[in-house]
Amino acid sequence: MHSFWYRANAVLTFGVTMLAAMCTLASISDNFNLPSPSAEVKILNINWFQKQANGNDEVSMTLNVSSDLSSLFTWNTKQVFVFVAAEYETPQNALNQVSLWDGIIPSKEHSKFWIHTTNKYRFVDQGSNLKGKDFNLTLHWHIMPKTGKMFADKIVMTGYRLPEEYR
Amino acid sequence: MGFLGDSIESIRSLQIRQVLTQIVSLGMIVTSALIIWKGLMCVTGSESPVVVVLSGSMEPGFKRGDILFLHMSNDPIRTGEIVVFNVDGREIPIVHRVIKLHERQETGEVDILTKGDNNFGDDRLLYAQGQLWLQQHHIMGRAVGYLPYVGWVTIIMTEKPIVKYLLIGALGLLVITSKD
Repeated sequence: MHSFWYRANAVLTFGVTMLAAMCTLASISDNFNLPSPSAEVKILNINWFQKQANGNDEVSMTLNVSSDLSSLFTWNTKQVFVFVAAEYETPQNALNQVSLWDGIIPSKEHSKFWIHTTNKYRFVDQGSNLKGKDFNLTLHWHIMPKTGKMFADKIVMTGYRLPEEYR
Repeated sequence: MGFLGDSIESIRSLQIRQVLTQIVSLGMIVTSALIIWKGLMCVTGSESPVVVVLSGSMEPGFKRGDILFLHMSNDPIRTGEIVVFNVDGREIPIVHRVIKLHERQETGEVDILTKGDNNFGDDRLLYAQGQLWLQQHHIMGRAVGYLPYVGWVTIIMTEKPIVKYLLIGALGLLVITSKD
């Protein structure tokens, strides 16, 4: 009854149960954090805008992203993945989401940032619908926890428009 | 004969009883594990509710040996979500993030492009020859939960089968010899 293996088993079971309970509690505690992040994205320049040989429109732009995501960080946050996506509708597609820039914020100290960049991923449409297109720029974030549930949300910024002519 | 026969008889019946209870308790362990797995499949709607991260392509978010809990709901897939997908001609599913998405107007069909956070380029090189986009049927689920390190157990067991046999043997021996 009180053999070595019996006790080893009891200790192991108790340890694993406690670890699981602590992970669960840490994950639950994330729900009490009500973040209030802010973001602003400016299009500084349309570098070029053309139709590819296969008929798809492609545009290159310079962006200025400034954001304060410090309120997203809790004690259970390992990192925050942040990205800016262009979102628009075309006659063919109900939703197009094209990621333009992304980054990993490793800690709260780096969560207030300001970056000046051309689009990291190619902004290519499926077809040729980008002339004079109204689109949204959305700043998404994806909170990757040390353990437990992952959270994601976004800030939508409207009122951007592509030029009427290729350049 | 009387006394001796009786005692042999009593030992034999005791052993049969013990062996039977051990078989039953072993069966209980196996079936409850199966029930938990199948139950998770029902709740999450994904054919493999838990996956182990095998590569470092999502570092530093997910490292090799971490496990992810998947969920397959009817909600449409959006950029930024981490999905697990199967590519034709590849056996091992891949865990990467969606970076581009195009959703058709009427049918709601989707074209998805993925990329690993730690990779330089997108995943078109990993897809089948000439494949530009993933479709809905390639997606096995999206990651909703994360637990570090736990997956090392399965990685070690698949890469060093001897450990698995030793462990199963030791557990089996423990179950058979335990007298409670």
